[in-house]
Amino acid sequence: MKYELSPLGDSAVIVQLGSDITEKSHHAVRNLSIYLEENPIDGMLDFVPAFTTVTVYYDPIKVWTRTENDASPYEVICAKLGYILENMKRSKPKEAKTVEIPVCYGGEFGPDLEEVAAHNQLTPDEVIDIHSKGEYLVYMLGFAPGFPYLGGMSEQIATPRKETPRQKIPAGSVGIAGSQTGVYPIETPGGWQLIGQTPFALFDIDQDPPTLVEAGDKIRFKPISLSEFESMKEGQE
Amino acid sequence: MKIIKPGLQTTVQDAGRYGYQRYGVIVSGVMDRLAQRIGNILVGNDVDAAVLEMTMKGPEIEFEEDSLITVTGGDLSPTINDQSVKRWRPVYVKAGTTLKFGACKSGCRAYLAVGGGVDVPEVMGSRSTYLRAEFGGFNGRALKEGDRLTSGTPSERSKQILALFVNLDEPFIESDWSFASEWSPELRDQTVIRFIPGREWMDFTNESQELFTETEFELTPQSDRMGFRFKGEKLKRTHERDMISEGVAFGTIQVPSEGNPIVLLADRQTAGGYPKIAQIASVDFSKVTQLKPGEKVRFQKITQKEAEMLVLEQEQHLQQLEQGISLKLREGSEIG
Repeated sequence: MKYELSPLGDSAVIVQLGSDITEKSHHAVRNLSIYLEENPIDGMLDFVPAFTTVTVYYDPIKVWTRTENDASPYEVICAKLGYILENMKRSKPKEAKTVEIPVCYGGEFGPDLEEVAAHNQLTPDEVIDIHSKGEYLVYMLGFAPGFPYLGGMSEQIATPRKETPRQKIPAGSVGIAGSQTGVYPIETPGGWQLIGQTPFALFDIDQDPPTLVEAGDKIRFKPISLSEFESMKEGQE
Repeated sequence: MKIIKPGLQTTVQDAGRYGYQRYGVIVSGVMDRLAQRIGNILVGNDVDAAVLEMTMKGPEIEFEEDSLITVTGGDLSPTINDQSVKRWRPVYVKAGTTLKFGACKSGCRAYLAVGGGVDVPEVMGSRSTYLRAEFGGFNGRALKEGDRLTSGTPSERSKQILALFVNLDEPFIESDWSFASEWSPELRDQTVIRFIPGREWMDFTNESQELFTETEFELTPQSDRMGFRFKGEKLKRTHERDMISEGVAFGTIQVPSEGNPIVLLADRQTAGGYPKIAQIASVDFSKVTQLKPGEKVRFQKITQKEAEMLVLEQEQHLQQLEQGISLKLREGSEIG
């Protein structure tokens, strides 16, 4: 497997497994993540799978004290990751489920819908149509609990992030950043262009795993009216 | 412990919630890990045990049982029964006494460690409060007036430290020894923050790289446990390119296109899509997290190896502190 390792400070290393957001990179990331989950490295604290990378967090002291030679913690971690990557068997990707997420587009729920439309010389309705026709692959969860980073959005509605991130984005907001789309599960700051909102909860600490969707799943968005949004929201509570 | 007044933002935090970042669950945990570790060592706890993190304006806490405590981190002018109490040392407090905080003299965040640790239910393996998602810690929120907290079962070491105190009729007794070394926040240079170049360091113009290391950056009020926003000379990349989101860490410095650096901290997101100009050396996390809005810093470039050596050096100081306490316990030197 092709890979590159680079430090993220003195306690983490980024494993680069591809240069573009493709299903191929996704599978390489997923394979390494499944391996690390089943065979944690000594001194590893956590790992974060992303589109093209897996970031491995470690305690440098634990890594150091468990080594006999003069290698630095970073060198030890890199040697171990290198060995894993060279020898890892290709696993079959787990079967994916498809999750339908209802979205009320525009209005106060999607304050940037007009901006996304104007940036792409489209009408707001065309943006909604393009966004809800796609099938999206959940590449990773991150940024906030249960926040799915999705692949498969049409370039026709791609829009750069806001220049200055917003201080508050309401839970359930559906947004676009570059050629990525996603849903905000909790209220948080962020720089995405907001086009709508879902009444569904994407994160629940009483569930195991605590998220509605997992990496590897497929998602579809279904446009709903404001009244449908309100009755679904009531049903959730 | 009964909370008489909650202070500005007092939360239960431990070393952080690891192992759930792949679900987007952030690490949380204390901002100043060094102050937390030292605090826990001083009261004989596991270094990762849960403590109270107090910000700018501290709480007022009544102890309902005899306790072994210590206050570390920034100087928020702690008093017990209205008498000033020294920080960075074990303190015995008698049931019925009240710990209060006053003016924020230096630093920004103080930590209260208690023998046995602050006992709240573990959520996903951690006692840390995740404020935005409202879980963990004490009911997923900052403390409020009237809240009651308990401490866990003290370790043997914690009991031995408490047993050094005599004259237990006094409302409180401070130990005559403390944590004093070059690592103590009062004695170090708060204004220089060391960093290792980030993955996108080379994307920044030569001029911006120089401005980053040679000019001062001021902490803005738009700063919290998630991240600190600094302002200063605008940092520019040679060309704009949209980034692919990837893992970030405590101390990652991102620069959005507006050009001001943001330092990601305890409540940071698990992944980020802004270019990473730098990564702060772990040994300087304690300095950064004690900054107040309006304070200015300089960023100083060091190598990965240097940062690793500094981690080792810090670890040795902490081990010396543990050994020093072990010596006091062997000698049985009475306090009070």
